[in-house]
Amino acid sequence: MVGICSIGGYVPRYRLNRMVVYGAMSWLAPANITNARGEKAVANFDEDSITMAVEAGMDCMHGFDRNDLQGVYLATTTAPYKERQNANLVSGALGAPDFIRTADFGGSLKAGTSALLSALEYAAANDGGKVMVCAADCRLGKMGSVQELRFGDAGAALMVGGDDVIAEYKGSFSAAHDFVDHLRGANTKYDRMWEERWIRDVGYQHFVPEAINGLCEKVGLSPGDFDKILYPCSYGGARKKINKVMELDQEKIVDDMLGTVGDTGATQPLLMLAQTLEQAQPGEKILVMSFGSGCDALFFEVTENIKKMKGGGVTKWLNRRADLDNYQKYLVWRGIAPADTGVRGEEDKMTRWSLVWREHKAFQSLQGVKCKKCGAQQFPPQRVCANPDCGAIDEMEPVYLADKGGTIFSYTGDMLAASIDPPAVYGAVIFNGGGRSLFDFTDCVIDDLAVGKPVEFTYRIKRYDPRRDITVYFWKATPAVEEVE
Amino acid sequence: MAEGIRDKVVILGMGCTKFGERWDMGSDDLLLESYQECMEDAQIEKKDIQATWLGTHFDEVNLGKGGTYASAALHLPLIPVTRTENFCASGTEAFRGAAYAVASGAYDMVLAIGVEKLKDTGYGGLPDSPAFGQEALVIGPNATAPGMFAQLATAYAAKFNLPMEKVKEAITHVSWKSHQNGAKNPRAHLRREVTKEQIMGAPMVAYPLGLFDCCGVSDGSAAAIVTTPEIAKKIKPNDPLIKVKALQISVSSGEEAMYDKWDGASLLTTQTASRKAYEEAGIKDPRKEISMMEVHDCFSITELVTMENLWISPPGKGPEDVLNGFYDLDGEIPCQTDGGLKCFGHPIGASGLRMIYEMYSQLLGRWSEDRAVKNPKLALTHNLGGVPNQNVCSIAIFGVD
Repeated sequence: MVGICSIGGYVPRYRLNRMVVYGAMSWLAPANITNARGEKAVANFDEDSITMAVEAGMDCMHGFDRNDLQGVYLATTTAPYKERQNANLVSGALGAPDFIRTADFGGSLKAGTSALLSALEYAAANDGGKVMVCAADCRLGKMGSVQELRFGDAGAALMVGGDDVIAEYKGSFSAAHDFVDHLRGANTKYDRMWEERWIRDVGYQHFVPEAINGLCEKVGLSPGDFDKILYPCSYGGARKKINKVMELDQEKIVDDMLGTVGDTGATQPLLMLAQTLEQAQPGEKILVMSFGSGCDALFFEVTENIKKMKGGGVTKWLNRRADLDNYQKYLVWRGIAPADTGVRGEEDKMTRWSLVWREHKAFQSLQGVKCKKCGAQQFPPQRVCANPDCGAIDEMEPVYLADKGGTIFSYTGDMLAASIDPPAVYGAVIFNGGGRSLFDFTDCVIDDLAVGKPVEFTYRIKRYDPRRDITVYFWKATPAVEEVE
Repeated sequence: MAEGIRDKVVILGMGCTKFGERWDMGSDDLLLESYQECMEDAQIEKKDIQATWLGTHFDEVNLGKGGTYASAALHLPLIPVTRTENFCASGTEAFRGAAYAVASGAYDMVLAIGVEKLKDTGYGGLPDSPAFGQEALVIGPNATAPGMFAQLATAYAAKFNLPMEKVKEAITHVSWKSHQNGAKNPRAHLRREVTKEQIMGAPMVAYPLGLFDCCGVSDGSAAAIVTTPEIAKKIKPNDPLIKVKALQISVSSGEEAMYDKWDGASLLTTQTASRKAYEEAGIKDPRKEISMMEVHDCFSITELVTMENLWISPPGKGPEDVLNGFYDLDGEIPCQTDGGLKCFGHPIGASGLRMIYEMYSQLLGRWSEDRAVKNPKLALTHNLGGVPNQNVCSIAIFGVD
């Protein structure tokens, strides 16, 4: 048996009410009022698809041994790199072993389910070897577009394997169509789409039933046999029609989170699946589908293990929220409008790859060291023990600090530092288990902080180098999620 | 057993530019300005200088590396010019190099000169440079100096269980006192008295430090000629001798940044360097023996904790001493008698020598009565460079005989 062993979700903290966007842009596109309901999740200024995939992966990893991973797959249509494997950044941040399979999946909104299928097939072919599938997307629509209102940012992760599966994989059906509803060229920043009536009537209303029927035929079930049916569809009318034609019970159709998170692209089916599994009961049959350049439809059956599920979920992230009540801030954070951070913000900081490789365990995995002589934990990795009463040389063992958490030792909010989210909040953090280091703080304001307060570590964008198109990542500290009111 | 350099070296002359936004002056002009005053005061000629130590920090916006720029600017006659760079202690390090050269007997007439041209960056605050190496560009926070020092305040308030308002009240007095002193000093950059209300109400730079908790950013230069007591007596038979009593440096061990013991509310290097300096100078009770000080008030909170780390105010009692006027110009140990970094700004390489210049001038009784310290005997200067968890501290003590 292979299937899903663990689930993880991630929804960025900031939510943008669609009326805020509409209020700013209705002068250009008054008809968009029909899309201005609800809110969408917006990545913080230091988040992108890599960091959200890591967040979801970390969430999924709770209670599991990262050394058991045999693969890390990343699905996204908004990867920061064309060459430099994006999945390796995720894998490194998750602290996965070096000798594993990593792969990027992209090119269509099917990428999430394609990665999941590949992982399931890997597990089936390798005695249930564990593969982490992370998906995240951070797509952009132009100002005043429907996509700007509709698209949301999120991550999701599913750990696939053979032991203690919570949802057994029972089969799949795939269709590949060069049906160009949405399009981004290799060098294009913003989504472009063809007429929505055509997408709705010829796209969703044709391909969704095709995939459901295809899967049912393959596994010998009828659509009515499923307890939960998950498919993305941005059009409420089309959804109603599909459900009617397919004779699907309305209660079995899972909410696509369009009103709370938005259309999250390649992440959407995996996010919906994670959310569904969070509340699933043993024996439930789940059909999950993607839509983009065709469809993948997968059939899972929930097992008894769901009752003792470890890992994370989606709900806590949905509940952790803050309003982004400022459209201009959204534009700046997402790189749509340039902001002046002063001449200080123009200082050039080059990335030196030989150094990055030398220090990649520290940079990517927040790997520190622990002295075998005195037990002092320290970061960044030292060869000479920092304990003045010890000073042992080369007596260190590596320690993965990213999931340790810590407490605030000192902090400040800095208005002088160049930042598109001033003040730059940072301070010293004591790692749980000892040792301390300075970190940027994120997803908080200074009033959220106090000496002694618990924090977690989160993989974030450190800076973007526009001259060389390099995104630099490192860990930041954020108030522990349980602490957030 | 090493015995230090107490009484082996004297200051023969000093010079100090006006500090400020010297838009019309490059590093070479600034060097020349302090050099000329210094040489006139020392009553020697260029050919008498046997070696030079140059203190400067930011080569990015200043004068590049090495000793060539200064040598060429002053057209020094092919003598050794050694550039010292050790964060904000760079100026004092230049002085230490020069003093050690004299104490060792290698030379007996040496120039120490510091300069920094900060106002060519195009923005406020110190230049954004990779001061802690390339690795720190990835793992270090998006920090500036005020934010790094501001954390002393959050940790200090937590350690001594003080409300931040109380800390703020004390550091407000620190800045207020320095502005009082700086207003009287024609060489200072900022020459306005400010009210405590202005200080308290100023915009926040880095919580809890407001604009007036931060020192200025200026251009400047200061210089000293050091020699042996014997030579000084020959050149200036009627002047008292300003002797070097102690020169100490302490550099962070990485303990503060990484290990669990440091409290975040003190400066281990200041504690260490001052203890060693008192020993070198033969000082038993600094609170009773030190007459006046120039300490590194890059930020008001730095000065507050420095008072404790110099073993003058007891731990946690800094605010009390400060608010009681202990460090005011008419207090027991006047501090920042020239206005400090607060009013002079902080051209890094020049600051240490600027402090020495003030103490030297006070010890010689050169200032008018409104800003003179009465009958000073022992003077202390202190620099703290880098950031509280990774820094360089220099302490210099001078006496008049």
